[in-house]
Amino acid sequence: MSLSAKDKAAVKDLWAKISGKADDIGQDALSRMLVVYPQTKTYFSHWKDLSPGSAPVRKHGATVMGGVAEAVSKIDDLSSGLLNLSELHAFQLRVDPANFKILSHNILVVLAIMFPTDFTPEAHVAMDKFLCALALALSEKYR
Amino acid sequence: MVEWSDSERKTIASVWGKIKVDKIGPQTLARVLIVYPWTQRYFGSFGNLSSASAVLANLKVANHGKTVLNALDKAVKNLDGIKATYSELSQLHCNTLNVDPDNFRLLADCLTIVVATSFRSEFNPAVQATWQKFLSVVVAALSSRYH
Repeated sequence: MSLSAKDKAAVKDLWAKISGKADDIGQDALSRMLVVYPQTKTYFSHWKDLSPGSAPVRKHGATVMGGVAEAVSKIDDLSSGLLNLSELHAFQLRVDPANFKILSHNILVVLAIMFPTDFTPEAHVAMDKFLCALALALSEKYR
Repeated sequence: MVEWSDSERKTIASVWGKIKVDKIGPQTLARVLIVYPWTQRYFGSFGNLSSASAVLANLKVANHGKTVLNALDKAVKNLDGIKATYSELSQLHCNTLNVDPDNFRLLADCLTIVVATSFRSEFNPAVQATWQKFLSVVVAALSSRYH
């Protein structure tokens, strides 16, 4: 399920509309992930406050969306473009790749809430495919 | 046995009460067919599904979307017996319709996203958690009679 030219155009188009709110998106998606999928909290035992909108959640949401932004800019070759991030996730963070799907779902929910008219079915499928491809690139170095 | 807190019961009833089935049903099924196109395998008799706009304009999709979403009412009204409530529907989907039960999860995800589009910030993390818990119970019930 690789990204077609149409998918890439749709992702860039949507990203142009939403990137201004990237930090808010990241914070909301992460907040939801921690509440709706409590098992994800196991990765953040070092945070003082895991509640929605807390300082560490806001900061980390921005970090994650920075990675998504980088992925958009390197959409033509995600696996080589995200090599550093893949190594980070594989060797240091060691986040179970099943969680990429979980976070992706929550990003899509937030996009639906914040951009109901822009997040059309066509934008939805392109974004879902993109986030899948991103997750795949992040898991490149795992084994 | 699934346990529901009073707060969860209230939330589910409230969300369901505000869902316009005639609007959300068609949008949800359309999204499933567009976002996960392999699901179209079950709808060979529905006519033109060849593009997103065709799916969105398709009357059979719209009607079936209403049918599917209306079926959630039984679960909302019977939170303590969802598995029994969907026993027959589960058998139907397995034996007659031959639907891969992974599709229930795909539909649930699309429904959550369409509900989010409609409810917006009212669909906060706590509401989302309860709603998704509810849908996961429905999905499990629909899968329960598969063999």
